[in-house]
Amino acid sequence: MALKELRQLRRDRRTVALMVGLPILLLVVFGYAASFDVDKLRTIAVGPAAGQVAAAAPERLEVVAEHPGEGRADAVRRLRDGEAQLAIVTGQQPAVLVDGSDLFAARAAQQVFAQRPGGLPPAEVLFNPDLETSVMMVPALIGLILVFVGTVATSLGVVRERQTGTLEQLAVMPLRPRDVFVGKVLPYFGVAAVDMAVITLVGIGLFDVPFRGSPWVLVLGAVEFLFVTLGVGVLISTVSQNQGQAIQLAMMTMLPQILLSGMIFPLSAMARGVRWIAYLLPLTYFNQISRGVMIRGASLGSLALPLEALALLGLIVFGLSVLRFRRDLAPAGEPRAPHRPAQPAQAEAGVR
Amino acid sequence: MTPARFGVEDLTVRYGARLALDRVGLAVPDGRITAVVGGDGAGKTTLLRALAGAVRPSSGRVERPPARRAGYVSAGPGVYRDLTVDENLAFSGGAYGLRGDRLAERATGLLERTGLLAARGRLAGQLSGGMRQKLALAMALLHQPDLLVLDEPTTGVDPVSRTELWRLLAEAAAAGAAVVLATVYLDEAARAAGVLVLDEGRTLLAGPPAELVAGMPGRMLDAPARPAGGEDAGWAAWRRGPRWRLWSPEEGAGVAGAEPAEPDLEDAVIVAALARPKAPRPREAAA
Repeated sequence: MALKELRQLRRDRRTVALMVGLPILLLVVFGYAASFDVDKLRTIAVGPAAGQVAAAAPERLEVVAEHPGEGRADAVRRLRDGEAQLAIVTGQQPAVLVDGSDLFAARAAQQVFAQRPGGLPPAEVLFNPDLETSVMMVPALIGLILVFVGTVATSLGVVRERQTGTLEQLAVMPLRPRDVFVGKVLPYFGVAAVDMAVITLVGIGLFDVPFRGSPWVLVLGAVEFLFVTLGVGVLISTVSQNQGQAIQLAMMTMLPQILLSGMIFPLSAMARGVRWIAYLLPLTYFNQISRGVMIRGASLGSLALPLEALALLGLIVFGLSVLRFRRDLAPAGEPRAPHRPAQPAQAEAGVR
Repeated sequence: MTPARFGVEDLTVRYGARLALDRVGLAVPDGRITAVVGGDGAGKTTLLRALAGAVRPSSGRVERPPARRAGYVSAGPGVYRDLTVDENLAFSGGAYGLRGDRLAERATGLLERTGLLAARGRLAGQLSGGMRQKLALAMALLHQPDLLVLDEPTTGVDPVSRTELWRLLAEAAAAGAAVVLATVYLDEAARAAGVLVLDEGRTLLAGPPAELVAGMPGRMLDAPARPAGGEDAGWAAWRRGPRWRLWSPEEGAGVAGAEPAEPDLEDAVIVAALARPKAPRPREAAA
């Protein structure tokens, strides 16, 4: 029995890779990414003494921009648009403003300014004044649930066709690969969109998560995100031979998104080598959009980067899926026209 | 006779290093049923998949109509088990451009002819094997294809359903379609206008069944029991129902208790397999 299992396992390379590779991956990722300690706080300085802030600021502050001609309102706008985690307002009414949607950065800022360095007042938390975890987590959970529903459910779509023999039927039908892709994705898209609306409303109702921005910006981000997520599901489906493999792969795409998208561990606390992986993950960008819109009320313009990144990821995933579909669904292409008759001698007999 | 519009010429298909078909030819005339027979792994499915456009040939030529004018029933048989009979037909019809009244009219007509009218609301997964095959055939016939390709549509189907399936195929051929099917049943193949016998990816026999039987080489006898010492005398022997067949490539002396046999297509195929040159197998040659 053990020998049989070993032989079967040896031929199931994906499971072996998962069993051997995943613990190593988890160790490395956890080691470099699993940190709540934000060492550096991206800071902007405004007001007449903005130019002196960098020299006098505590070590953990990294001043990324100085705007001497601006005041508190501009600092709030810049924090809302996600330009920095912290703003120091200089002038007659000095203030330290911190973005509460970035929970760990905000806590770090509170620590830094608890001692009132340089005579600055304690940090004032914006957008999430009580630093509630649920306010930060619910917008990210919307994305995670959509990844789960979208990727896992969709990844079974093509595999089911392959296993039941209907994929071959699709291959000879007069359907274009992109039509099949869209047809496969559309119903899941509808279900996931309803899911998203329900989760968002429940999150707002049960956890008092604010919704300060434009719903249309969130809808735009969600549509792009769903397109990528469902596309990944279809892509997984086309490279899997059975439903077990599809679920295995879907899980392998979900795990890094949970750990590295900034949903739990802040991106700014991750080692640089791990952070670039986060920038390849769609959930990273959706988190920026959902938190930005819901908690801070970020504008469309300020979210251009994550929106563009999702659009790019969508195009890549869509392109790869259609290419894979083309291999499965149009292996022989269309016949040449007009049809030339076969050899008369064969026709006479019916066969050659 | 008009030359066949559809078929394959010198078709070779490789799956990686494995040679699945080796320079096979087949013409599928309009209005006729053509049968492809052979054992497991002979290349029947690959040939039909190439003809249907589901596999790309490594070399050779495939003549088939555009996808919208072809119908294909895979060995699967490619019905959606979690859709009803009607829903399966609607999907298939829609893919081939049938809509509304035209689709309803064609679907109802085919359900009547296949005996599935009463089952049109049932899930395909709840149908018997024979009913599922008939549904698959109905799906392939909906758009009245010029070429109908069927991969073992009668395998595992009860004799009554087999007869009904053949009636439907005969009707499709009578309506002008070029029909080609793979089968493991030689009594079925004998009813076809033409037969191609494949053996390990190569053509073993090809032609109308009667010609294949008439052209059988050597001498064949029929005996009530396996004769003692027959094989020593150069006679090959195999069981046919309760009796035995004996075959020798030479026209020699008879065997005690055996009489001249009336060979059929099954005998012709077995004899062709026995008489084939002992050349290296395609797979060995490929390796």
